[in-house]
Amino acid sequence: MADFLMPALGADMETGTVVQWLVQPGARVKPGDVVAVVETHKGAIDVECFLDGVIGELAPVGTSLRVGAVLARVVGANEPGPSIPSVTPAVQIGAAVAPPVVTRAPAAMPAAVVSDAGPAVLAAGSRRARVSPAARRRAQVLGLQADALRGTGPDGVVTLADVERAAAHSPSMAVPVAAPPRAKPGGFDAAQMRQAIAAAMSRSKREIPHYYLAESIDIAAAQAWLDAWNRDRPPPDRLLSAVLLLKATALALREVPQLNGFYESGQFRPGDGIHIGWAIALRGGGLVAPAIHHADQKTLPELMTALRDLVQRARAGGLRSSELTDPTITVSSLGDRGAESVWGVIYPPQVAIVGFGRVLPQPRVVDGQVLPRPVVNASLAADHRASDGHLGGQLLVAIHRWLQSPETL
Amino acid sequence: MNPADIRQLATDVLAGIAPEADLSTVAEHEDLRETLDLDSMDFLNFIIGLSQGSGVPIPESDYPRLFTLQGLVAYLSR
Repeated sequence: MADFLMPALGADMETGTVVQWLVQPGARVKPGDVVAVVETHKGAIDVECFLDGVIGELAPVGTSLRVGAVLARVVGANEPGPSIPSVTPAVQIGAAVAPPVVTRAPAAMPAAVVSDAGPAVLAAGSRRARVSPAARRRAQVLGLQADALRGTGPDGVVTLADVERAAAHSPSMAVPVAAPPRAKPGGFDAAQMRQAIAAAMSRSKREIPHYYLAESIDIAAAQAWLDAWNRDRPPPDRLLSAVLLLKATALALREVPQLNGFYESGQFRPGDGIHIGWAIALRGGGLVAPAIHHADQKTLPELMTALRDLVQRARAGGLRSSELTDPTITVSSLGDRGAESVWGVIYPPQVAIVGFGRVLPQPRVVDGQVLPRPVVNASLAADHRASDGHLGGQLLVAIHRWLQSPETL
Repeated sequence: MNPADIRQLATDVLAGIAPEADLSTVAEHEDLRETLDLDSMDFLNFIIGLSQGSGVPIPESDYPRLFTLQGLVAYLSR
């Protein structure tokens, strides 16, 4: 018997809401199976289970749960346990958790539920919700952004009265909207995401002693290789320069594994693979950096496919929980319309972030002559608790070297 | 394809890439990438859609000719 908990999908997540269960009690699950869709500030995420066994009771749909709250009970595959599968009728999705069919009381489940019945829970450390649940619900019905309203309640909490007042003052919005209160599937709440980014980045700047290094890299060879690759291929098979930067970074990290992993409990823990969190700007504002797993082992076309898929799902919904929890480092590439350099803020508990600016034509000395060359500025921000600039420099130099021989990427 | 078909194709393709973008608000000579905030992945997806919808292969070296509405209509109606 084990508990499947609401995962922390990144350092910036405090709560999530199950919007759909994809399994029923009695279903057999294996690690990696997608069992639920959870709405977070990063949109709707497909949550994977990491337990092996049979699903018992499920947390109710539509309720905000704190990270670490019990989402489901899972009876181990080889446990004698109660025979839930055969005798218990499936609990209906959306219904409250059925009377416990197991002997142990589901103590953690109700305790962690954040609902309007639980002001005590809110008081116990929720920094996010400065909107009363009733106000939030009413605002959703009215199509108002509760977080954006001025609160007159205790400690500035937005109350039901505040929502009603706002509705009265904006007649166009006062008409109840027929649409369901939730944003479109996969959509994310920009204000909520901004708050979450603010919390994670504040923590990073407060706790992580960043050091910064930069290297300007002549990428004429990489660009010539890319042009030749793309020349005779139809558009769907073409590559973007971003995948070369991604692969070069992944291969460089093999040589400098001390920058690939996490700083936790006062020490560095290396990643179990090179899972690059690729920073994706979302239309309408916001940012998410889901993992491309084992980026060092993928070919360039495979990376291109992975990147395309990831961007698509980051924007439309359908990122998987492992993609949000697994990144061992972040790469932020500003692209051809971005600034010429970027100084990243480390996403905790990672220990480094690599940035690439826009490619610019620059005068460079090549074989004793000054020539115009395409140059990209690569930067590294790393955690001084886990490494020093000497090591960080080795990473940038390795990236530089890999980009000089693109045919080996 | 005639210009009207090309515009319709561009509108349809963009709807899948930037659902909130409204092509009718974009001036003929404006750079679509800037006006609609398309990054290189968005623009490649735009090219893929235009190429598949028109049957024109659109080599990478011709991309700059498709940066504006005016340009892409001229390019694809050849």
